[in-house]
Order: sequence, then structure tokens, then C-alpha cells
Amino acid sequence: MKRDTVNLEPGIDQPKPLTPVSDDQRYIGASVPRGGIERLTQGLGQYVDDIELPRMAHVVFWRSPVAHMRINKVNAEFARAMPGVLLVADGQDLAKMCKPWVATLGHLVGMKSAPQYALALDRACWQGEPVVALVAETRAEAEDALAYVQVEWDELPSATDMLTALDPSTPLIHPELGDNLCFTRSLDAGQVDEIFAKADVVAAIDFEFGRHTGVTLEPRAQIAHWNPAEQRLTVYHSCQAPHMMQDLYGRQFGLPSSAIRVVCKDVGGSFGIKVHAYPDDFATVALSIMLGRPVKFVADRLESFTSDIHARHHSIKARIAVNRDGEILGFDMDDLTGIGPYSMFPRTSAIEGNQVVNLVGGPYKHKHYRAKLTVVFQNKTPTCQYRGVGHPIACAVTEALVDLAAQKIGMDPLKIRELNVIADDAYPTAGASGIKFEILSHQACLKKLRELMNYDALRAEQAALRKQGIFRGIGFATVIELTNPSAAFYGVGGARIASQDGASARLDPEGNITVLIGVGEQGQGTEAIYQQIAADAVGVDIAKVRVITGDTDVTPYGGGTWASRGAGIGGEAVLLAGQALRENIVKVAAIILKREGATLAVRRDCIVDASTGEELLPLAELGRIAYFRSDMLPADFTPELMVTRHYAQRDFPFIFTNGVQASYVEVDPDTGFVKLLKHWAVEDCGRVLNPMLVDEQMRGAIVQGIGGALLEECLYDDSGLMLNASMADYLVPMSAEMPDIEVAHVQTPTATSKLGAKGAGEAGTAGAPAAVMNAINDAIAPFEAHVFSQPITPQKVLRALGKVR
Amino acid sequence: MKAAAFDYVKPASIDQVLSLLQEHGDDARLLAGGQTLMATLNMRLSEPQLVIDITGIESLRGISVQANVLRIGALATHTEIESSPLVARHAPLLKAAAPHIAHRAIRNSGTWGGSIAYADPAAEWPTCLLALGGNVIARGPKGERRIAADDFFTGLYSTGLQPDELLVASEIPLAGADHWFGFSELARRHGDYAIVGMAATARCEGSVLRELRIVLLGVDTTPVRARQTETLLEGQALDLVTVTQAVACLRSEIDPLPDLTNTSDTKRHLAGVLLQRMLPTAAAL
Amino acid sequence: MADLYPIKVTVNGKLHQCSVQPRTHLVDFLREEMGLKGSHLGCEHGVCGACTVELNGQIVRGCLTLAVQADGGSVQTIEGVSKSGVIRDLQEAFVRRNALQCGFCTSGMLMATKELVEQMPDANRAEVRDWISGNYCRCTGYHAIVDAICDVLQQRKEAIA
Repeated sequence: MKRDTVNLEPGIDQPKPLTPVSDDQRYIGASVPRGGIERLTQGLGQYVDDIELPRMAHVVFWRSPVAHMRINKVNAEFARAMPGVLLVADGQDLAKMCKPWVATLGHLVGMKSAPQYALALDRACWQGEPVVALVAETRAEAEDALAYVQVEWDELPSATDMLTALDPSTPLIHPELGDNLCFTRSLDAGQVDEIFAKADVVAAIDFEFGRHTGVTLEPRAQIAHWNPAEQRLTVYHSCQAPHMMQDLYGRQFGLPSSAIRVVCKDVGGSFGIKVHAYPDDFATVALSIMLGRPVKFVADRLESFTSDIHARHHSIKARIAVNRDGEILGFDMDDLTGIGPYSMFPRTSAIEGNQVVNLVGGPYKHKHYRAKLTVVFQNKTPTCQYRGVGHPIACAVTEALVDLAAQKIGMDPLKIRELNVIADDAYPTAGASGIKFEILSHQACLKKLRELMNYDALRAEQAALRKQGIFRGIGFATVIELTNPSAAFYGVGGARIASQDGASARLDPEGNITVLIGVGEQGQGTEAIYQQIAADAVGVDIAKVRVITGDTDVTPYGGGTWASRGAGIGGEAVLLAGQALRENIVKVAAIILKREGATLAVRRDCIVDASTGEELLPLAELGRIAYFRSDMLPADFTPELMVTRHYAQRDFPFIFTNGVQASYVEVDPDTGFVKLLKHWAVEDCGRVLNPMLVDEQMRGAIVQGIGGALLEECLYDDSGLMLNASMADYLVPMSAEMPDIEVAHVQTPTATSKLGAKGAGEAGTAGAPAAVMNAINDAIAPFEAHVFSQPITPQKVLRALGKVR
Repeated sequence: MKAAAFDYVKPASIDQVLSLLQEHGDDARLLAGGQTLMATLNMRLSEPQLVIDITGIESLRGISVQANVLRIGALATHTEIESSPLVARHAPLLKAAAPHIAHRAIRNSGTWGGSIAYADPAAEWPTCLLALGGNVIARGPKGERRIAADDFFTGLYSTGLQPDELLVASEIPLAGADHWFGFSELARRHGDYAIVGMAATARCEGSVLRELRIVLLGVDTTPVRARQTETLLEGQALDLVTVTQAVACLRSEIDPLPDLTNTSDTKRHLAGVLLQRMLPTAAAL
Repeated sequence: MADLYPIKVTVNGKLHQCSVQPRTHLVDFLREEMGLKGSHLGCEHGVCGACTVELNGQIVRGCLTLAVQADGGSVQTIEGVSKSGVIRDLQEAFVRRNALQCGFCTSGMLMATKELVEQMPDANRAEVRDWISGNYCRCTGYHAIVDAICDVLQQRKEAIA
């Protein structure tokens, strides 16, 4: 497979470096600004909370104030009497309408979880679990009345320390499960004990990764509208996977999917937080059915912190074995992760840990790898997939070990990576954990990064400043990131989550193109790249292409946004549909022009002579005839100017991408403060559809990763109460502390599709925490100090430096 | 969340405010900039019956020089203070501290009086007022009185203001030609409440400091004067030895309260670093 | 408890007479009473900046301002400043640089940026980052926003020159 390395000159795009997908490729590969987002700069978005429906009511939830409680009695008498109150419902009420669910996947062998209800039934198992729902005419009235809901409850002993979750003395969250273990997995490849015993150097690290959460700026929001006359449910949902939600509502409520429409309009940030099915979602639907009116739920920011999914709480002991010549021999890893009291529906809370096992050591050539994963239940907010899923953890573990090994053998950290990454010509191959790589470009990316960041000059600068007592550090992270998932991710495990996608493309009478696709837009530019692909595939000006997404009534059945599949899978469906439409257009043109189809082409809104380019028939004219003048066409010919094509990636479990990042920091050894000076990323997501959009995905993802590395943590007390559940106390990255981020691209297309595009949305988050942590440790290396606990706070740095206890 | 319901009144005079305070007592809250009050109302941490909006009272506005003091009205906003030429000349400490207060939109609304009366121990203005040796002018049913900053901050969110009094202004001694000041705070994000911060003022006689006021924010229930350290430095020539001694003295004299991510020890250490970096700027004069 | 308080407020250049519950904050008033959905709520603590609007010529946190406090005053929202064209160059720069992704922070970010380019026409990159640090964006990582703002600062300087 041909690989093109572009941007050897930092920041400069080379137009059309890969084999074009169309004969007049104007948009694919170009940094076209997103058409249609002007309205978002004018305050004319349509987020769920902007939608008002007649007789719409508002729901608020009484949520458990403690980590674990027995619910004895719910007394809603006074609440019901409050102004504007329409309905108060508890777990018993909703259980009559909505089935409980158990979030496990068949291919995660041995995984267990307990049934969960839309509202807690006998017990609430985390601070924030919804127990009572109250619906009123306005949000304010609902909150006023909520104060009068009386719940009689008894606190129960809780399990809030994952280190002791499996101790016999720790309370069992679900006694019927036998223990607090959700899932465990062991992997043993090669001869780890032998190799580690013989290795020149073994480096060991105990890692801590703090639990954190997504903090989408638009909170979770939903309007459920059950129309009793139509017996139809319409849900406006700020979410990433409309068809999945349609399916789940149907199954949990015993409704046919055909009675359910899910619509996703503008989504104010999602990052995985909005791809899961929350008890709140089902509760809101149930309430609408009970009332026969639309019911709106908008998560308040305070309730978001304890009700949005959390992620990434891991305690990991890991080792690396290397030889003096720099050869990495193997990795050995033990990962303990604490989730919530239930595995989250339907994608399950074991996937993150499972990915950590799959991904540690991924970029490197070694053959020896042992890993153990223990996923334990906790009486804390449920956890699930959040941007990057296990990648940020696996990458931080791997890359810190590599740096420590390099330190111990006195080798430059870039050099040890250059020596050990899987060679660019070694593909297809598999990693030590068994993950299958189609084709990656670690070496090309490392080479490019070295140039991009002017590495030698930075090292010289670092050395010079050290003499002046200024401590800067450079940290690297070699990244692999799974994208374009096949059904191996969820489907094989029994989850009804589509890994295929379909796109419809239609030529409208005026010569415009309408594209319908289930993969939606949450800001990453999905609609824009589909416009680009469709315009090139059909042969029209991009201004003529309109993309409609996120509506189950309208779009083909698809999987939505997750695991960075929008470009690679959705894009391929759009390409196939566009190309099929173009063929059908040419068929019509051939009839009208009485010429052989092979002599015609579609170019720039016109049927042209394929060899001379002479304009023969505008598409608008073709459309007019096809739609309104059937009398002008032969009786045995019918134009088919709307086509649907589907695509699923079935060659590999995932199509991996790769990249490498570098962080340049300055650590103040007296205050422990870390200043981020600069960040670089070289990424390979296959064919780059829009360099600007990929750059921006990388930048946003990197900053999100930096959040976990330096700032974000859900802090708990011993009784399982979150201590910093507000926007003031949970720290997210703001602009003043963030670095400029330079991005460059290498393009190694995937052969599994015509488009050759892979995903790009998560790699930034995967590598940033590793790069920043490594940079900090590089900065404080002269003090023989390290920090391996994220988020890296000033206090942790000061402790490592021995400045405070 | 949405605030719980309350009544609202916007009096036109201080006397009206005082009479309302007498009538409603703890059922009422004063609204000036609202940057603190509104957040507590929105989170339903506070549910007053009545909100008394004092922003209509013109006599509470303004920054002026009167006799030998800089008078800052209760309703002077943080932005007004930040951009006032009078403040720049006569109380440059405030100009230096202002950019650390939250963000522009908050500074446009938030007020001097609101910040001083709320007395958050991590806030900039109470610390600066104490460092400048200013006062609070309180008006009550019995008339007006002046409360020195040293006597004003009595406990967590507690001040010398009586429940029936309104903070109308502060007076700050005008900075002389020999005035030295320093302001520094350590916050992980620009505009956040700092982990620890320091405001200091003194009179400089060559490299000797006199009448020092060294005040810390974020270490206790109120802004804290490091009196032992002030005494140690009083009349001393500043050099490496005195600075080192002062830092050690500061660290031993304070007993910081920890916060969510910083132990007492960490705050103690950081306070010392702030002093270590601030004092040499006086010697440079 | 009194129900409604009468206010007269000019919103985007048009005078309105309304009655509001005192507890209603300015953004809820704009969104619910005025139907102006462009100002967004991200936290209602005053931290995220999504609610930033202009009151009496200055940016404020709409969620920390009572609607009754706008009585006799003048409010400009993203809709108003869009219509008047006064931020057209900023809007174009944001689109050109992809300085918005999901768009939820964008209204507040543009309102805050409008005041920046008016108050600090010579702002450098670090000063721009400082100024917009009161507006949370989860999508862009800020780099493109800073680029867009610097583009406009440069353009406006050149236009005067």
C-alpha cells in the first residue's frame, strides 16, 4: 500500500497528494471552512434546550445524596400540591413501564453486572442516582416543588475504595453477584518472567490516574414527546447515536422501533459522554408516556457532575524490560479500575480497562507482554467510554515506562522510540497483545516530529536554561488509536450497536445534492466532510450539497459517532452513495443526450464530454427533465436519482491510526507549577479529508487530554461523596494556561475502503497526558524526581521534589 | 438551577436600605454586583425572602481623592478600580491585584463593597485593604462609623459590619513617594481563587523597609497579617540573609488551612516562596 | 410574595415592557420571554461564560444578573450584534479558522471578544488568551480561537492605518 508522506515542510499542505477519489477532486483534502456554521456564530443554533413544544413540561430528579441507601418510602403528597406540578413518580411507577437492563457484553467473558432501573427501586447505589422524578410546567416550579419531596431512607455501608473493593470485609454492593468484581481478564504472551529475569534493566512504575468526567458545555438534554393520538414517541436528544437510542427505547418500553423517532440537532459537545443510555433518558420517556405531553430534561451543571458518566480511574503497576542497547523486550502490567455500582448501558464499563490491556506497548516491536485487569464496582458515579477510552491510560503507562527505561540506560528518549517502533514496512502485523495492525507509520511520524519541533535546538535550549536554574522538559508520546471499528467492538458481544452505516444521496430537480446519513455532527465537522466527499464524488460545487443527519425517520440506519468512525465509515458510505448517484446521473444524461455513458462525465454541476470537457447539459436541466418531463424519456427507462449505499469495515477488528506528540514544559521547582510552553503532534489518520478540521480535532483532543493530566479529577471523601462537584472546583482547561499546538500530517491510507480515511477524533487525547507527564518528569530529572500520578498538581510535584511532605 | 422565589426592591437612598434591613433582618440580602450572591441563589444555597438592590444609590458610586485618602465607593466595580487613574497613582496595589479577580465579565459587575463585605478569605480586595491599612465606612441607624481593616475581618465570611449596617465606602491612605507594594498569587488557572496569595506594602528608606504590612490570602478564615514577619523586617536592610530569615519566620508563624488539593504544608511552603520572590523587589527601589 | 415586577428594557435596540419574576436571571429572560436562544447556559455558577451578554455597554455574566437589574437599561445579545454587523469580521474569522466546533460557547466567546477588540486593540497573543480565559471551550483547545481573534486585531489595525 502506497504511503505518501506530506508536510515535510512544517505546516504546508500539498494539494492532492494521494490518488484522488474522483477525477475532479476539489474538496477532499482541502481545508474548506465548514459551510453552514455561520448560524452558530449568530446565536441561531438549535440545541435541545432551544426547542419549545406546545404543553411541554420539565422534569427534575431527586437524586440520592449519599453513596448507598435503602429507599424506604417516597412521600410526594406535599410536592404534588405545589404550583405547576403535574406528576411525581418513583422507581415502582416507572418499573411498570420500563424494563430494567443489565449492561454486559458477551465477548467480555465472565463480565457481570446487576439489573438497573430507570429510577432506583429498593436502593440507590451512588450519590446522584435518580430516585424520584418530578414534572412541572416550568423548571423553576419543578425545582421549587422538589424541595418538598420527602424520601425516607437509611444509609447503607458503601464500597468506595477500589483498592479494597474485593476484600472480604468490604460491603457487597450487589450480594447476588457474590462479590464486587465486574470483569477480570489476563493476558500472557511470550515468556515474561524469563525475559524480565534476563534483561539488563527492568523499570517499574506505580501509576495513579484520577477519575474524571467529560464536562460538555451543553449539559445532557432531552425532550421526550409521546403522542398518545399517534402512539408515537419522538425524542429530541443531545446525543451521538440516534439509532441506538431508538432501538433501546423500543426494547425497554416494548415499543416497535417504527413507533420511535430520535432527532439529534445541534449538540453542544459530546466526547462520548452523550453516547450512553442514562437512567434519566428512560425516565424522561416514561414520564412523557404517563403524561401524554412533551417532557424536557436538561441536566443542571451541579447534577451533571454526579450523573454524567465518569471515566479513567485506574491504579496500575507496570514494568518494562530493556537491554542496554535500547531494545525493549517486554511489558508487564496490572490494572485495577473502579467503575460505578452498575456497568453502564449499553456499551459497558469494562471496555475502558479492556482497551488498556489491548493497547499497552502497542507501538513497539516486543513480543513479551503480560497483563491483568480487574474491574471493580464502586458506590460512585457509573463510568463508561469517554474520548479516547483506555488509550490515554495505556499510552501514559507505556510511554512513561519507555522514558524511564531510556533514563536508566542513558539513551535519548526519541532515539529509544526510533529504535523500537514497529517498522513502517512491517505491515500487516499484530501487536504483542494480539491487536491487528493494517498499516502504520511510526517511523515517518517520528522523523517528521523531530524536524517539526527542531528537537536538537530544544535540547540545547533546555541544557542552557538548566544552568540558569530554569527547568524545562521535553516529553514524547507515541500513539496508536483505534478507529473505524468493525462489529468486533460491540456487535459480537450482543449489543445492538451498528458498526455499519448507510448514506443516501439524491439529486434534486434544481441540480442540488442532498445527502442523508445517520452519523451526526457534534462539532467535529462531520457534515462538512460529507459535503466535501459528496461534492467530489458526484461532481458538483460544494455549495450545492446539503447534508441531513441525526434523524432516525429520515436517514439510513447507522451507528452514529463513536470510536472515531465518522470519517472512515460514514465518509465511505457517502462516497459510495455519491459515486453510485453519479453513475445514475450519467445514465440519465446518456439517454437525454443520446450518447454512450462512457463518453460523459459530471463536472462542476454539468454533464460534460469526458475527454474534451465541453459542457453539454447542466445538472439543473437534467433534474428538470428527470423529475418533471418523464414524457421525454423512453418508456423502458426510469431515472433513479436517489441511491443508498452502506459500508461496514470488515477486514480488521479496528483500523488503527498512529501518531506521535511532544510537549515542552517549564516546571517551577519552588512552586511546583507547570507551564505548558508548546505542543506538537504528527498524526496519521490515512487520507486527510480536511487538514484544518483534523488539526482542530487534534488540538481540542490534546487540550482535553491535558485536562486529565494536570487539572481534572473527581475528588471524593471516604463516604463516597464528591467534594468538587461544581464548575468552580472541578478544573477544566481554560485558554490562558494552554499552549499553542502545532499539527502535521502523514497520510497512510487504509486499503479497507475506497476513501482510505481513518479516524482522527481521539488520538490527541490518547497521547497528550503521556507527553505532558513525560515532559514534567524530564524537567525535574535533575532532581532525580518523578511524578506518576495524574492529575499532576503542584503539590505532587513539590512532594516529588521533597519540598513538602 | 433556578433561584428560589424572592421579592425585589430597589431603594433610592441609603436610609431606605437601612430601614429595609431593620425590617427584614436575615430574610433579606443586599444585591450590589451580584457576582457572589447570584451564584449562591442559583445554587439554592441561599433562599432570602427579599433582595435589596442597592445599585440605584448614586452616592455609593465613585472613586475620588478626599483630603489625604483615596475614597472608593461601595459600588465601584472591579473594572472601574482596575482602570482608574486615581487608583493607579494613589493605590497601585489595587491596580496590580485587579487582573487576578476572576474574568472581565465578572469584574464589570462585581463591586468593591460586595467583595469587602463578603470577606472571602481567598478574595483579593479584603487582602489588599488590609495590606493598605485602609478602612470601611459603615452607615447604620445610628450614623456613620469607620472600622479599620485590622479590626474588620473577624472570621469566615464574617466582618465587623452589624446586620443593620451598610458598607458605603473605603478610605485608603494615599501612597507616598516612598511607597512599596507587591502583589502575587498562585492559582492553577488565571482568575481562579488562588491557592495562596500575598499583598504587601511598606515605606522604603533606601533598602530598609518600615511599616510593613504583609497579608496572605487563602490560608485562613480571613486575610492574615504576618505580624511576626513584619516585625522581623521592620527597619532591617533587605539582603539575602534577612529575606531568608523572613521566609522562615513566615512559614513558622502561619498555620494554613488546607483545601481540596493542597495540604497545610504545601500552603505554608508556597507562602514562603511568594515572600521570597516579593521582597527583593523592594530592595530594587 | 409579589409575583411580577415591571421592567422596561431595550433589547437589541428595541424597547420592551415586560413583567418578570424577580428571581429570573437575564439569560432566562432573554431566552424565555424574548425568544432569543442565542445566549446559552452552561453552568449558572458564573464560571463558564456561555451566558455572556452585554448590559449597558459592558459584558456581564447573564446568569449572575437579574432581569430586573436590566430595567431602564440596554441589552445586546449575539443576535443583536450579529444583525448590526458590528462583529461581522469576528464571525468570518471564526468560521475561516474553525474557531468553533459545537458552537455552544461561541455566542459568549464572541460577546467577550467584541469587548476585547474594542478595549484592547493592541492586544498580543498572551493578552488575548488572558482575556478569553473566562470563556470555557471544550472543543477547540483555544488555539484556533486565539488565531481568529489575532487575525481580526491585525485586520482592524490595518483598516485604520
